[in-house]
Amino acid sequence: MAGKQDDRSLTRRELLVSTATALSAATLLPTEGDQAALGTPPQEPVIPADPTKVPGPPTSASSPRSPFVQMARTPTGATAGSSLAPIHLMNGTVTPSDLHFERHHAGVAMIDPARYKLMLHGLVDKPLVFTLDELKAFPSVTRVYFLECSGNGRAAYTAPKPDLTPQLIDGLLGNAEWTGVPVRTVLREVGVHSAASWALAEGGDAALLSRSIPLEKLMDDSLFVYAMNGEPLRPASGYPVRLLNPGWEGNTCVKWLRRLELISQPNMSRDETSKYTDPLPNDTARQFSFVMDAKSTITYPTYPVQLTRRGWVEIRGLAWSGRGRIAAVDVSTDGGRTWTAAKLQEPVLDKALVRFTHSFEWNGERTTIVSRAVDATGYVQPTLAEYRQVRGSGTNYHYNHLRAWTVEADGRVVYEASV
Amino acid sequence: MRRAMALLAVAAGFALACSGRGSSAADSSSARRGSVSAAASEPASYALGRTPEPQEIAAWDLDVNPDGVGLPSGRATAVEGASVYAAKCVICHGAKGEGVAPNPPIVGRDPRAGFAFGRDPALVKTVGNYWPFATTVYDYVRRAMPQDKPGSLTPNELYAVTAWILAENGIIARDFVVDSLSLPKIKMPARDRFVRDDRLTTPSFK
Repeated sequence: MAGKQDDRSLTRRELLVSTATALSAATLLPTEGDQAALGTPPQEPVIPADPTKVPGPPTSASSPRSPFVQMARTPTGATAGSSLAPIHLMNGTVTPSDLHFERHHAGVAMIDPARYKLMLHGLVDKPLVFTLDELKAFPSVTRVYFLECSGNGRAAYTAPKPDLTPQLIDGLLGNAEWTGVPVRTVLREVGVHSAASWALAEGGDAALLSRSIPLEKLMDDSLFVYAMNGEPLRPASGYPVRLLNPGWEGNTCVKWLRRLELISQPNMSRDETSKYTDPLPNDTARQFSFVMDAKSTITYPTYPVQLTRRGWVEIRGLAWSGRGRIAAVDVSTDGGRTWTAAKLQEPVLDKALVRFTHSFEWNGERTTIVSRAVDATGYVQPTLAEYRQVRGSGTNYHYNHLRAWTVEADGRVVYEASV
Repeated sequence: MRRAMALLAVAAGFALACSGRGSSAADSSSARRGSVSAAASEPASYALGRTPEPQEIAAWDLDVNPDGVGLPSGRATAVEGASVYAAKCVICHGAKGEGVAPNPPIVGRDPRAGFAFGRDPALVKTVGNYWPFATTVYDYVRRAMPQDKPGSLTPNELYAVTAWILAENGIIARDFVVDSLSLPKIKMPARDRFVRDDRLTTPSFK
């Protein structure tokens, strides 16, 4: 029997790590990119040689990850910027809230909920201001939706390299269960004038980020969200209230929302003119490209995975569409020549991430694996060649072309920018 | 077998209309005791929120639209703008608005002909060659600049900086007076290049 145990001395004990158990067919090659993605070094782990002989730490207010699990975003350290989520290390479809991608233009706003208010005004019968408690008192709904930055995928399109991970390519993507009040429920309280056809959504951050949103969308399925994955929004995700326009580019889902002004024409703010507009090869720029079109990406095996033996491998990935449900995901293991329908993990939800899987028997030869999303409208995720031809080499957003991965003969998997 | 009863109930302040009818689900389980009405419909109002004071609205309602609605009184030319720019903007955007990495350039009219941004990833977008509305300059600078002290510029400083940016980009003359009437009338070179999204008209890739 163990003698008296001092909890504190337990946590300061030298660690003894048991030898690694046999691994499955894949190993992970650590890279500089991965090291950078790890962020701060882990706390000193306490791993006894035999956990059956030593009691572990007691219950705690909140659970950290295992010291053996390294999952982190890629912070840039700048005031304005983004951090990419390690989607290639995730399972299922839920994005852990603390790892959801960040994107902001003047830092994470830190807002006191006691002083928070949401103002609805403009072309309305009666302007109203709501406290956070009042917004939470409205009838609530809970829905699962993806959230994607419109610029997701830019690195792979403008500067493709073999050593890109799905995090570095498509890390501005998340999926969560959102709780809030439908915007239309609150708009009903203020009485929207018939002259109103848009609303200016403005955030209470240091960027005062503003976007003009068509009233039709706000009256459809937009939400004032205050909870994410069961708990209040994290500050990086817009605490205490954000706008959520299901299926639309993340920038329109204004975080730290402070007002909605009903207007009769778009405001032409900087984030719908200078930014978030898509130059096209016919010398125009597409504006108000709200909907995130169907897209998929394999998340395993991808760089930096190395398959260590021939045999069955389950290809895994994510698919989504801002137009509605994913109808199918096709997977090719011969560089796009032939395709097979992948399995879709139920439930397949409207405007939410779907997990797809496809098992294939790797014969040890070099080959390229690809996934292709098809949504319920019949929209098919375009090839890279089709994308470049239609959108142009200089376009800026909505990079939803196919993502391919080449499995080399030695099992190393790299990003392939040719399919 | 029990059947659900249809009830009409009026609660304080609300009118609830229930159109319940017999439910076979209720029949199948005697555990569902009591009569069960269909779900209530929405009340006319949830009586939440309060009317904001006019000054509350005025304190936040500072956006500027392309017609110039929201522009306050004030005026300036690029001449005044040069000193405001030198004091507040040069450090990030450069003496000639060329940008100091990683901060973007704001001056530049190339390409003079065409609008080849979609075809050429090397082209650099600036206020002068890409922004479709001049009012956006005022609106954006007011809310977000300078980055370390956003919202600190006065209306005259904002008109001044806006004038400087437009003049450096060759869109207005150095002595052109920018105010609430003249700013919305300025037509930016890229104005007609912007088209509305039409992808949803087809399931094909556009």
